[in-house]
Amino acid sequence: MSEFFQQIINGLSLGSIYALIALGYTMVYGILKLINFAHGEVFMMGAYSGYYLASWLGVERYQAAGRGFPLGLALVVLVLAMAASALLGVLIEALAYRPVRSAPRLTPLITAIGVSLFLQNAAMLLFTPNPRAYPPILRELRFAAGGVIVTNIKLAIFVVALALMVGLHLFVQRTWTGRAMRALSMNIDAARLMGIDVNATIRATFAIGSALAAAGGILFGLDQITINPLMGVLTGLKAFVAAVLGGIGNIPGAVVGGLLIGLAEQLTAGYLSPDYRDAITFLILVVILVLKPEGLLGVVRQEKV
Amino acid sequence: MTLLALEHVDKVFGGLRALRGVSFEVAPKSIFGLIGPNGAGKTTLFNVVTGVYRPDGGHVRFDGAEIGGLPPARVAGLGVARTFQNIRVFRSMTVLENVMVAGHKLHRSGVLSAIVRNTAHANDEGALSVRARELLEILGLQGQAGDIAGSLPYGSQRRLEIARALMLAPKVLLLDEPAAGMNSTEARELERQIRFLRDELGVTVVLVEHNMSLVMSVCERIHVVDHGETIAEGTPAEIREHPRVLAAYLGEEPSAGRTEREA
Amino acid sequence: MDIATQKPRWLLRLVLSAGVLAALYAANLGVQAGFIEYVQRIILIAGINVILAVGLNLINGTTGQFSIGHAGFMAVGAYAAAFTGVKLAPHVTALLGAGTLADGVTFNLALLVGALLAAGAGVLVGLPSLRLKGDYLAIVTLGFGEIIRILFNNAQFLGAATGYFGDSPAGLPTYTSFFWVFFWVIVIVVVVRNVTFSQTGRSLIAIREDEIAAEAMAIPTTRLKVLAFTLSAATAGIAGGLFAHMQSGIRPEDFKFDKSIDMIVMIIVGGLGSISGAALGGVFVAVTLELMRDLQQYRLVLYALLLIVIMLVRPEGLLGTREISLAALRRRFRQPERP
Repeated sequence: MSEFFQQIINGLSLGSIYALIALGYTMVYGILKLINFAHGEVFMMGAYSGYYLASWLGVERYQAAGRGFPLGLALVVLVLAMAASALLGVLIEALAYRPVRSAPRLTPLITAIGVSLFLQNAAMLLFTPNPRAYPPILRELRFAAGGVIVTNIKLAIFVVALALMVGLHLFVQRTWTGRAMRALSMNIDAARLMGIDVNATIRATFAIGSALAAAGGILFGLDQITINPLMGVLTGLKAFVAAVLGGIGNIPGAVVGGLLIGLAEQLTAGYLSPDYRDAITFLILVVILVLKPEGLLGVVRQEKV
Repeated sequence: MTLLALEHVDKVFGGLRALRGVSFEVAPKSIFGLIGPNGAGKTTLFNVVTGVYRPDGGHVRFDGAEIGGLPPARVAGLGVARTFQNIRVFRSMTVLENVMVAGHKLHRSGVLSAIVRNTAHANDEGALSVRARELLEILGLQGQAGDIAGSLPYGSQRRLEIARALMLAPKVLLLDEPAAGMNSTEARELERQIRFLRDELGVTVVLVEHNMSLVMSVCERIHVVDHGETIAEGTPAEIREHPRVLAAYLGEEPSAGRTEREA
Repeated sequence: MDIATQKPRWLLRLVLSAGVLAALYAANLGVQAGFIEYVQRIILIAGINVILAVGLNLINGTTGQFSIGHAGFMAVGAYAAAFTGVKLAPHVTALLGAGTLADGVTFNLALLVGALLAAGAGVLVGLPSLRLKGDYLAIVTLGFGEIIRILFNNAQFLGAATGYFGDSPAGLPTYTSFFWVFFWVIVIVVVVRNVTFSQTGRSLIAIREDEIAAEAMAIPTTRLKVLAFTLSAATAGIAGGLFAHMQSGIRPEDFKFDKSIDMIVMIIVGGLGSISGAALGGVFVAVTLELMRDLQQYRLVLYALLLIVIMLVRPEGLLGTREISLAALRRRFRQPERP
């Protein structure tokens, strides 16, 4: 039984990382109907910017001195990495997606694949393809209760992810920009006629989604110990599946989907075989798309004839 | 005698009741008008009949059989063809190909015949292209057979949609605002063509149209809907005088040559 | 049009086919004598790429669906053909005696088995396309490609992650030659062309242009989309079989997402929807990959930039949906005479 609870805890913490990334996919898809293939790479870049920021702020010195990295500095790393990724997201949107926004839908999709490949390979040139140990910006502490081990890192992942998701919810529901985003996701043309600055709102969407992905990247690095330039491919894909599972375009759906995918993956790895932990995600994807393509919380939209 | 019958058809979108108990009957070889103000539910009716939408209540009968809820390709195969209000020609294909593509009934040989290019394939292609050219001639498009469909002017694209629909050899043809975007000369020509379809090809026509002079002169019976409900049915003369019809159109006088699209 | 309605002249076709085979045979000897092995290899890869591109174009170009997991079909074909070839060879040799004939028979039977299994996978992946459009479908194909790779990675009887090298220490037999590659290039190009320029092909294009209108014209969109997937997967299966018998073994990594991207680049460069464009794209990728061999780590950066730039500047590709054909060339040269 404790084995089971252990898997659940691990699954929920992995799932909340997927949820953070899935939010970016779902927000962009909700507005532009574009699968932002490069989102997984933004997540990877977020992890790397966290890596370099931590090293710039002297994480090695603290480590050598046997002291933990101060929590305040860890938060600085998080915030700056999120800001850097927000900038990257905005740049990608402006350079690659905006010019093809009104083209047939396959054009932006192929462009997105191109951006994703470009970032992956640029990262391999910049950072080398070798995996790197993630700096311990949080020193691991273990708590054991009834045979279940909980680390402070897993707890931090929950707390940070939860705080960001609540923040996003409040932002989307309460602020002017958030309302503009929701308006755009319903009807871009009508929103434009109502005086909403469409470009600025899309820019904000990319910035927020990318910042959340960067947070996911840092948490992922802490959780999985190493990072590499291709980490965004599979993780990004799984997060996308999470968004589809929850109902793409639906913000609570992305959270639910992320947690479910994380759980499914851990339970498969724990009880079936670690070899199939990646395959289960794709199986879920195929099943959900065939049985309920609008996702768990999504609504069916009919094309106008 | 009835070819197409709607019985108490309902359609709901979220909280909006787009159709409420609409019933009418279309006699074979008649020209039947379906009018109403913008947003009255005319296109929704077409979508329910052709299987794009599943009715939430009531029946759609064609030739005595229930077709409500059948997939669009089945309905079309049974002999209910349509055109679209927002033109949907296959833009990158030639005019001739647009028409040929709807002619599977004439094309019995399959993909294997096409791969080996046998005689059956050649015969089918020949028959298709002959029939397609005949239909293009009826609609006055024979000169544009080789043109790319997307490059045609709007009026021609609308006529191309009619030719394409006729390739299905339909019993009923649903025309959704065929005169929209046409000038008055083209609209008069269209009127002649619609009559020709019925008189010479024996096709029953159901016409949604805002061009009132066209509707009044070509239709034998007219059904009027407003806010998803039937408000009147009768001959053009009766409809012209009907108080509820006049009220529905108040402030939006029925006039010739209107080209606005339904919202 | 005029070509399609022509009555077939079987005798002419027979003579023509014999001529093509003879020419292929002669070219095969010429290539083997005239080029060093390195160049021969590039030529073979170019041919295999042409098959991949022309086949994929049927889904992505003609039908307007989107597969980005095509390496999965290629993998199925490669493994199935390699395995069949290894198991079949002793029986065929026992029947026909060792030699070119037995090799040819074994090889082509193996290729057909590969094509068949890949086609089966195509049906499987095509089925979701009944309910899914565009980018959703793209993700399903991607997921499929990954699942296939994971399965081969774990299939012990196919060598799992180390790869499949057959039963002999020398590895898989290298049946693949110029003759067989281009024999299959010709067969597949002719088949795809004949399908594209037929009622079936028109219906596929109609689905791409406007699926709702296509349904309203009684076009069986479901059946046709699955057909496009099946046919396309079968061609990828043949390409996989040819690829497998070029070297001593195949590994799951040979069929990674990168391979699917290579195929996307082929059809995007040449022009989605054009058979000749796809073929050109296939050759282009084979040649540039070789030229960039020394720049291995820059290769994908350049590819990615190429994809983005093509999308921004000329999304229809080199040829768009146009075809290079004798008739089109004749038209082009005749045009100036017109008033």
